[in-house]
Amino acid sequence: MKEFGGHVYFLNRSDINTDEIIPARYLNEVRKEDLAPHLLEDLKIEGFDPNSEYFKKCRVIVSRENFGCGSSREHAPWAFEVNGITTIIAVNFARIFRQNMFNCGMLAIELPKQEIDSLFKDCSNYETICDVDLSQKTLIFSWDKNKSRSIEFSISAFDEALVKAGGWVEFADQRY
Amino acid sequence: MGKTITEKIFDAHFKDEPFPQTIVLSLDMVFCHEITTPIAITDLIKRGKDRIFDPNKIKAVIDHVTPSKDSKSATQAKILRDWAQKHKISDFFDVGYNGVCHALFPEKGFIRPGYTIIMGDSHTCTHGAFGAFAAGVGTTDLEVGILKGICAFRIPKSIKINLMGSLIKGVYAKDVILEIIRILTVNGATDRVIEFCGEAINKMDMEQRMTICNMAVEAGATSGICMPDIQTVDYLWPFIEIEYKNKQRAVEDFKKWHSDKDAVYEKEYNIDVSSIEPLSTVGYKPDQVKKIKDLSDIKIDQVYIGSCTNGRISDLREAAKIVKGTKLAKGVRGIVSPATPKVYKQALEEGILSIFMDAGYCITNPTCGACLGMSNGVLAEGEVCASTTNRNFYGRMGKGGMVHLMSPASAAASGIKGRLTDPREFL
Repeated sequence: MKEFGGHVYFLNRSDINTDEIIPARYLNEVRKEDLAPHLLEDLKIEGFDPNSEYFKKCRVIVSRENFGCGSSREHAPWAFEVNGITTIIAVNFARIFRQNMFNCGMLAIELPKQEIDSLFKDCSNYETICDVDLSQKTLIFSWDKNKSRSIEFSISAFDEALVKAGGWVEFADQRY
Repeated sequence: MGKTITEKIFDAHFKDEPFPQTIVLSLDMVFCHEITTPIAITDLIKRGKDRIFDPNKIKAVIDHVTPSKDSKSATQAKILRDWAQKHKISDFFDVGYNGVCHALFPEKGFIRPGYTIIMGDSHTCTHGAFGAFAAGVGTTDLEVGILKGICAFRIPKSIKINLMGSLIKGVYAKDVILEIIRILTVNGATDRVIEFCGEAINKMDMEQRMTICNMAVEAGATSGICMPDIQTVDYLWPFIEIEYKNKQRAVEDFKKWHSDKDAVYEKEYNIDVSSIEPLSTVGYKPDQVKKIKDLSDIKIDQVYIGSCTNGRISDLREAAKIVKGTKLAKGVRGIVSPATPKVYKQALEEGILSIFMDAGYCITNPTCGACLGMSNGVLAEGEVCASTTNRNFYGRMGKGGMVHLMSPASAAASGIKGRLTDPREFL
């Protein structure tokens, strides 16, 4: 199973698509590692710099709605993975991206809109850490020295099994 | 309680329910192209599982960057080519025979009503036009599909779109789906199947239905789907004649997939298509849609006519009607990419390619290339394209470029004026 949790980056926009996550001009790479320098290269959000020191140490993304829409390219989750980002939290995801995350043994966690709104309001201006407890289905956000919040989440039993098995290929090969 | 077409297809392909609400389906077809498949192939080799579930149910094509533009794309093509040869996948389409997957595979007769299909490509929903459950997936799902012939899905709910009335002059299937996406929004159908029905759909031929289903994913849908009928039978007839002998028999047989009258839908929409005017997207999301007549101040640098949405022969015919005897506006580049070799040859024989060439258009080989900014018509920073493709995301056709999605007729009209133009000005 992969490791989850760490520094959080807040991407304050809905409908971040997989072309923005990894542009098609890099889809002729056949090694996942070669995607690493191009993660979110085309994403235009004020203040966001994919080459910043802070972004480079982040392991968790928190964003808004319909994250990962558009192309089915699994290069999008891979580009996160090779940059150490294995947890993405949003109000909701595009279906293919969400399944690709779990199929790779990574976490695509949906939280209610109010919860996401308050995380943006309270934490996004601070260096924030998110600890992920998969067994208790709990996220613990810590920011501004001593503030913290514990949030419960749910993922489907199937998706949890994929994360624990390390992905869909392993799961399917054992079962079918 | 009745069932939808999607529920009937799920029942017929049920393999397992490993957890509540997760259904593993057996697959009738796994389609492959050279962008998302090579990594699945190399991963299977690495795992010591370089096997395929059935060489007759796997179809492969090199379509995204073809002929290869550099060493990397040549390597991707070679991985797919070598693999197809090794595993005796006889339906593999290489340079000279290749075209945009979602136009080529229907043309080859690979889809039947009631089929389950996956491909590592989000526009796989196109094949729902035949009454199939066809879903785009990522490389890992594709890998398991190749190996085991299965795929897992959450049970999708269905949204019913009832299209009534008749299209007015200058309005096409593309305008209808843009209007539907505007109404549903870009995630209004996530984890849903959109069922298109009603008299307007019944009147549409298969190419128009494919245009509609192609963009279901732009509203977030798992698939779009239409009921198979006489149009479906007419299109498939060369491939099913031996089996059915007469068309009525096929029409009757395909009715077994039709949604029951008392099937349950999460939502239903009634849209009178006669109220739809020629449309275009404006902005970076496919649900940002306006009447093109209100966008005439937007200047363009390029016209692109092609893609899995609108690169079929009927699309080229409609555009050529407007282009005939005209010239592209000064400074506007025009690119036509017939979606398959068959479309290319038909357009050549019908004189359509001459019409485009006389107007100043460049005709490229069949490829996905420009639609996703990989080759054959990439935009520069700040450039604007009137395009018949399916995505207007920031950077989609080239970093910093702006894409306006519209029908082939609207794209053709815009090319003449050098700005977004209502095609009715030329009809």
